[in-house]
Amino acid sequence: MNVIVCVKQIPDPATPYRLEEGSNWLIRPEEQILDDTDRYGVEMGLQIAEATDGTVTVVSMGPSGTGQGIRQALAMGADAAILIEDGSLRGSDALTTARVLAAAIGRNDFDLVIAGTESTDGYSGVVPQMVAELLGAPALTYATGVETGDGSVTIHRQTMAGYDVVTSDLPAVVSVTAGVVEPRYPTFKGIMDAKKKPIETLSMGDLGTERAPEQLVLSIVDAPERSGGRKIEDEGEAHEAIVALLAERKVI
Amino acid sequence: MWVFIEQEGDKPTALGLELLAKGRELGDATAIFLGPGSDTIFATLGEHGAKSVLHVDSGDRLPSAPVATALAKRVASGPPDLILLGQAYNDRDIAGRLAAKLGVGVLSNASDVRLNGGGVETDHEILGGSQIATASASQGPYIVLARPKSFVAAAIGGEAAAIGGGVPPVEKLELPDAGTTEARIAESHVEEREGPQLGEASIVVSGGRGLGSPEAYELVERLGKQLKAATGATRAIVDAGWVPYAKQVGQTGKTVKPDVYIACGISGAMQHLVGMKDSKTIIAINKDADAPIFSIADLGVVGDVHKVLPKLIEALESR
Repeated sequence: MNVIVCVKQIPDPATPYRLEEGSNWLIRPEEQILDDTDRYGVEMGLQIAEATDGTVTVVSMGPSGTGQGIRQALAMGADAAILIEDGSLRGSDALTTARVLAAAIGRNDFDLVIAGTESTDGYSGVVPQMVAELLGAPALTYATGVETGDGSVTIHRQTMAGYDVVTSDLPAVVSVTAGVVEPRYPTFKGIMDAKKKPIETLSMGDLGTERAPEQLVLSIVDAPERSGGRKIEDEGEAHEAIVALLAERKVI
Repeated sequence: MWVFIEQEGDKPTALGLELLAKGRELGDATAIFLGPGSDTIFATLGEHGAKSVLHVDSGDRLPSAPVATALAKRVASGPPDLILLGQAYNDRDIAGRLAAKLGVGVLSNASDVRLNGGGVETDHEILGGSQIATASASQGPYIVLARPKSFVAAAIGGEAAAIGGGVPPVEKLELPDAGTTEARIAESHVEEREGPQLGEASIVVSGGRGLGSPEAYELVERLGKQLKAATGATRAIVDAGWVPYAKQVGQTGKTVKPDVYIACGISGAMQHLVGMKDSKTIIAINKDADAPIFSIADLGVVGDVHKVLPKLIEALESR
């Protein structure tokens, strides 16, 4: 089975995010990491490909920078990568991203597309569904478990009340939650092999798609600040201050 | 205004009624209602300000493809000023598909929405809620996903209710065959929910990485039980598999606004703060005196959760 996994390189969430003056776009450093959310998708893809003697190709849009995040996915075991990098794509919204991803995916033979439910830096939370619509495929979303059968895919889909068992024919798009599988860590061999794996770089001209109507950031203001209150060191009696505050708030 | 509302059990969801309150404030609200529906439910929608109802019932079909197809067809015969949905599972699926069909974007994670001339403006909490970005789209129809608890659900009441009165007109929308995009729901499982729920509880006790081990989450549960509180968690310990996703509070989890939020071993990553910073009172216990959580806590205890929590639980038990 040919599996395509959508991944994203993001600025390390451990560092403070900064916005570019004027455009208010997120400043993306040269060195970006693989979105943690995507490690689950890559792992899921690898497990399905391994069980079906298939391949995993990762597809990503954005400035490559050092390409470290893409290499991370290849080091886990993905066979190849497609990277769409084009200056005209700066500040893309979800639909532009989905159009680009769908166009790049559509150039390949694929049975299953896997994506995280939302990225950690943009978190619009609608890209997988848009990709599915543009590919004319069903979107099986918020999967906490995925199984493929003969020409079909079945997932456990998170719901407000619990979960549903949802099934469709292939090809299909599946969005996976963190925790769907335990992502593997790249081995030394994996890291070395990743250096030799093919990364195809595409630009907008290769894809025959266009940007969606612009979304604009009109202004950014500081949110009303919530100030901290009292801070105390626990010297064995701090619980009493908590009890007192709970009583004052009349919740006990 | 189209407002998306889903059925949960035999009622409309709380989120749906919140959205309806905003929709009717902005103009004439039509409820796009997903579920089997009933006269009681439609009457409730009327009481909350829906002027009319477009009823969609997808049965065992996964709703996104057929519902988005039906709504796109409807938009073609007269687009609404705004299509308002919530940051929730089916809402996101329908919004994404519908937007891709219509060739317009989605304004996601909105905390407020306003009409502006012929367009809309939305507010978004960014960088962990430290800043508010106001955004707009250059082209309609405008599709907005609003975060839960951004608006307050309320029946119209008084004179307006008396004039409106009764069940609003309900039109059932045919759901077209979505062809190859169709997915089906083979089984539905309801997970047993014990105790107060995160979205509704007046007290929430949450745990983070500072607990040190999955076993230590038991302290959070014991304190929660003692306070009749809902229990929550940070993304870090959900991703680590200590607790299920349903407990996640934050940007990619639930938004809570309880009377009291007790953060145990939580440093206060942006991702978490945005889901709880509007709690009325915040109490934080963390070893690291410089943890960002202390900058928003009404009471910050610099200490070891393994020492403070057992004493706190004991003190509450003996009251």
